Amino acid sequence: MADALSGASGRLRLSVGAGGAILLALPWILVALDEPFFIGVCVRFLAYGLAAAALDLILGYGGLVSFGQAAFFGIGAYTAGVMIHHATDGSVLLAWPIAIGGSTHALLVLPLAALVAAALAAGIGVISLRTGGVYFIMITLAFAQMVYFIVLSFPQYGGTDGLMLMARNAAPGLDLADETTLYYVSLVALAAFLWFGRRLARSRFGMVLRGARENERRMRALGFAIVRYRLAAFVISGAVTGLAGALLANQSGFVSPDLLSWQRSGEIMVMVVLGGMGTLFGPVLGAVALLLLEEVLQGWTEHWMLILGPLLLGVVLFTRGGLWGALSGERAGDG
Amino acid sequence: MAETEPLIDVRGLSRSFGALRANDGIDLTVLPGEIHAVIGPNGAGKTTMIGLLAGEVAPDAGAIRFRGQDITGLTVQERALRGLARSFQITSLCRGFTALENVMLAVQARSDHSFRFLRRVHRDRALVDPARDALDAMGLLARADTCASYLSHGEQRQLELAIALAMQPALLLLDEPAAGMSPDETRRLVAIINGLRRRTGVLLVEHDMDTVFALADRITVLVYGKVIATGTPDAIRADPAVRDAYLGHATVAA
Repeated sequence: MADALSGASGRLRLSVGAGGAILLALPWILVALDEPFFIGVCVRFLAYGLAAAALDLILGYGGLVSFGQAAFFGIGAYTAGVMIHHATDGSVLLAWPIAIGGSTHALLVLPLAALVAAALAAGIGVISLRTGGVYFIMITLAFAQMVYFIVLSFPQYGGTDGLMLMARNAAPGLDLADETTLYYVSLVALAAFLWFGRRLARSRFGMVLRGARENERRMRALGFAIVRYRLAAFVISGAVTGLAGALLANQSGFVSPDLLSWQRSGEIMVMVVLGGMGTLFGPVLGAVALLLLEEVLQGWTEHWMLILGPLLLGVVLFTRGGLWGALSGERAGDG
Repeated sequence: MAETEPLIDVRGLSRSFGALRANDGIDLTVLPGEIHAVIGPNGAGKTTMIGLLAGEVAPDAGAIRFRGQDITGLTVQERALRGLARSFQITSLCRGFTALENVMLAVQARSDHSFRFLRRVHRDRALVDPARDALDAMGLLARADTCASYLSHGEQRQLELAIALAMQPALLLLDEPAAGMSPDETRRLVAIINGLRRRTGVLLVEHDMDTVFALADRITVLVYGKVIATGTPDAIRADPAVRDAYLGHATVAA
């Protein structure tokens, strides 16, 4: 990870180091506190953190306000869910032209979830990226709603009721049914993406992506076909969001169309803004903070949104660079 | 020079905005290595013409041939990759990037290897070295690591030109490069454009007559979207129609 932080300030290194150490030690701490139940809650933090960081790749670096991330999140979760469902009840996914059954194999299902989400992102991106600004927000939202209703229309996968999963993914020596194993698999996925994303930001590809956010006209005049770069980033973001969805499905043992709803897209976007756009680490912090706040406030009152709203406003108005900016001193555009 | 094939050959280029004929049947050539200035009063259609040549504005009629090929239907980025670079009249930079990074992007565009995800650009000598050279040529090397938005106006204009130079174009479209520059900066600019002569074709749109007459091999005069004269600086200075329409009775700088 230090490799992705070359030239970073001491405060930034300290923040990343402390965050990494806490996340590494968390399962032990929770077991020591006799609260192993919370390991599952922390898996949710990691899954949402991964989805938020994936959105930040295109929102923070690319300036692309995708309001359809729930489509990729949900389709990843459903890919895992459907494969596990068919594997556990012995039915086939596809009878013709070749019979394909389900699977619980982690090394098959998790990459497949990313792949399906990537394919969906490629399709949505090819059309959406022809537009810009508010139109891009609206068209990604519209596509996500289409996916939502398509998934609803499959009664064999539970329709509005969703789908209970009778098993989790597993691979030889890696049984995700063990909550701690699932936690570390999620943590490795998150760390790998954060490393990759931070490196990407300073690569040739990242320079084009960020340059197009800064000044689209200039980039065209230089000779960059910027839609190609944006599409590639959009597909990477979709794939990683799909993987995050599959991890979440494993944790909750349940998938429902709620994962595909526009509220979910909004929530992921709030995590990015709350944590600090264009930093990748920030959105992970934002995800943890938002989910924790929701938990705590829901315990106090059913009108918890009345408290959450002003809190979010306060962070956006008074901390430049979100929570991560306040903690590490890093803001989008640095470096 | 008359025998060589023009670098860019514009025939009958027209573009209207509503009832306004911004460009009306423009014929223009720039020869290889030539510095060709376009002058004209405000509203003569100079900026529209740059837009048409760069590909940002689509023509209603006419054709543009560049290095022997018809580029009339090509996009901005396709034209840029064929060697047609422009600077903007109003400075257009990636303001959050350093001066060096702005120029590195131009070098990178030319290299055509941008689907690289891991290697850090700042360690990529193939990008950094040519970018530093271009900054050096503009006298901006000391400001390489300064964020573009913190540069003075004159420095931003110089950076604009450093970017265009780093693209190593066959034809450089310069839209009022001296706008807002100090006399010192303008002198440096004139020297740099002079140094491009016979290496790069330059189409220069400029208000400052001293700059134009100091640099141009040929001058084209545009009035109300039409070319009223093309010729050497001496011929243009002597042309009665030009004096009437544009230069008025003011003394033209020698």
